[in-house]
Amino acid sequence: MAELRRFLGDAWLVAARDLRIEARSRVVVDQVVPFALLVLVLFGLALDADHRTLRTFAPGLFWVAVLLSALLAVHRSASVDQSDGTLDALRMSGLPPSSLFLGKAAAVFVQLVLLEAVLVGGLLVLYGVEVVDPVLLVVAGLLAGVAVAAAGTLYGALASGLGVRETLLPILLLPVLAPVLIGATRAFDDALGAAAVDGWAWTGLLAVAALVVTVVGALAHGVLIED
Amino acid sequence: MAGRDERRDTTGSRGSRLLGCAGLVGLAVLGVLAFVLTGPDVRIHPTTGEEFGQLDAVRMLYLHVPMAVLMYVSYLLCAVASVGVLVKRTPWWDVMAHSAAEVGTVLCGLVLVTGSIWGRPVWNTWWEWGDVRLMTTLVLFLMFAGYLALRRTTGDPRALSRRAAVVALVAVLDIPLVNRSVEWWENRTLHQQSTLGDLKIEDLTLFTLMLGFLVLGMVLAWLLLHRFRVGWLERAALDYSVAAAIIERRAETSDTEAYRAVGDPMPDSQVAKGDQS
Repeated sequence: MAELRRFLGDAWLVAARDLRIEARSRVVVDQVVPFALLVLVLFGLALDADHRTLRTFAPGLFWVAVLLSALLAVHRSASVDQSDGTLDALRMSGLPPSSLFLGKAAAVFVQLVLLEAVLVGGLLVLYGVEVVDPVLLVVAGLLAGVAVAAAGTLYGALASGLGVRETLLPILLLPVLAPVLIGATRAFDDALGAAAVDGWAWTGLLAVAALVVTVVGALAHGVLIED
Repeated sequence: MAGRDERRDTTGSRGSRLLGCAGLVGLAVLGVLAFVLTGPDVRIHPTTGEEFGQLDAVRMLYLHVPMAVLMYVSYLLCAVASVGVLVKRTPWWDVMAHSAAEVGTVLCGLVLVTGSIWGRPVWNTWWEWGDVRLMTTLVLFLMFAGYLALRRTTGDPRALSRRAAVVALVAVLDIPLVNRSVEWWENRTLHQQSTLGDLKIEDLTLFTLMLGFLVLGMVLAWLLLHRFRVGWLERAALDYSVAAAIIERRAETSDTEAYRAVGDPMPDSQVAKGDQS
């Protein structure tokens, strides 16, 4: 029990550090969130659509916007550790790699949830959607957020330190998130009343995906940061 | 002696040449069987008496089906080798994982292309969104395209091999999730169920398909063998160039004291000079 508390305490240290950096630099709030809203606006312009069409496609457009913005957030999260020898300091700090991973993923998760909340507001205002099942919306949003944050943190660490990080990250991360995109979109279809599907079954799939990615990420992180 | 040196410049050996020749002959026999000796897939509808079936498009399957199965074999091999990289940390497993992933991706691309060409006359579409196997294969292809892109980056080869191993294992673990999600997504598939156990398949058709497995298996083994040897030589060349650079750098510093200062053993040439004086 004491070990678990210490493990989570270590993770909290890292998460709090990342969130403190974000609170002071405001990169996600000032740049990533506006970018996500911009994507929603661009979809609206490109589809040249009335509210009915936008409502039908809102869940898919929402999650594409989240994934594209998540790339930026993950990139930011990984680059924070690249400057001033931070990664070496972290390696020598004695923090277990798995709690380091959980801490970083938790920080990205908090930022993604904030982003999702703003984007749902965007859907309500710009696309005129109505929330039919708020509980499902929140649970699916949180679980998909966990999956995206964990996978993003894993691949962020994987691509970090490489000269081609910016271009490599999307092609590594996005295919892996394909099931999350499908699951989250379908769950939102149900929650927003866009299609008659069983959103809770999809939420179960999201839970499995979130669990798998988090466990794999926590296990693999040690291998990735030891060099 | 010259002959022996020449032989060293190739990745071929007596065994691999035999295998390659057998593969070529096998492909030729497969071509004759698939295009000449076996007939088109024509079935008569039991009630209306109309002709239906895949007609000549069925000939594509003698390539498509074995390639799809061997693609999975390659990726499985890559996953096993990736575990080997993480556990044993030897270059052998790393080169094996890279070779298997590359050959598997070539097969995966060919499976998508041949499937698409076959699907045009039979399903009346190049691409069907929502077909489980199509989507799963496409995502698999994209994930391993990312894997190969990672492999192309420069850096510490040992660190790169571990990162690549993680990518390969995540890709393999992700596939059941992709498969499940697409299955629920549309809950339908245009792919027919396996009819290998079906007695209606004529003997020659079945034989041609089995020959396809055998021949393409040989081609796969041949490709893997050569890709592995090229990968091994690449690694050796990298090690060699690093070693050569170190020797060159040392030669620039002729002062023997410099060697002593950094604790390196004196190079042989310097020792010889010292003996003469």
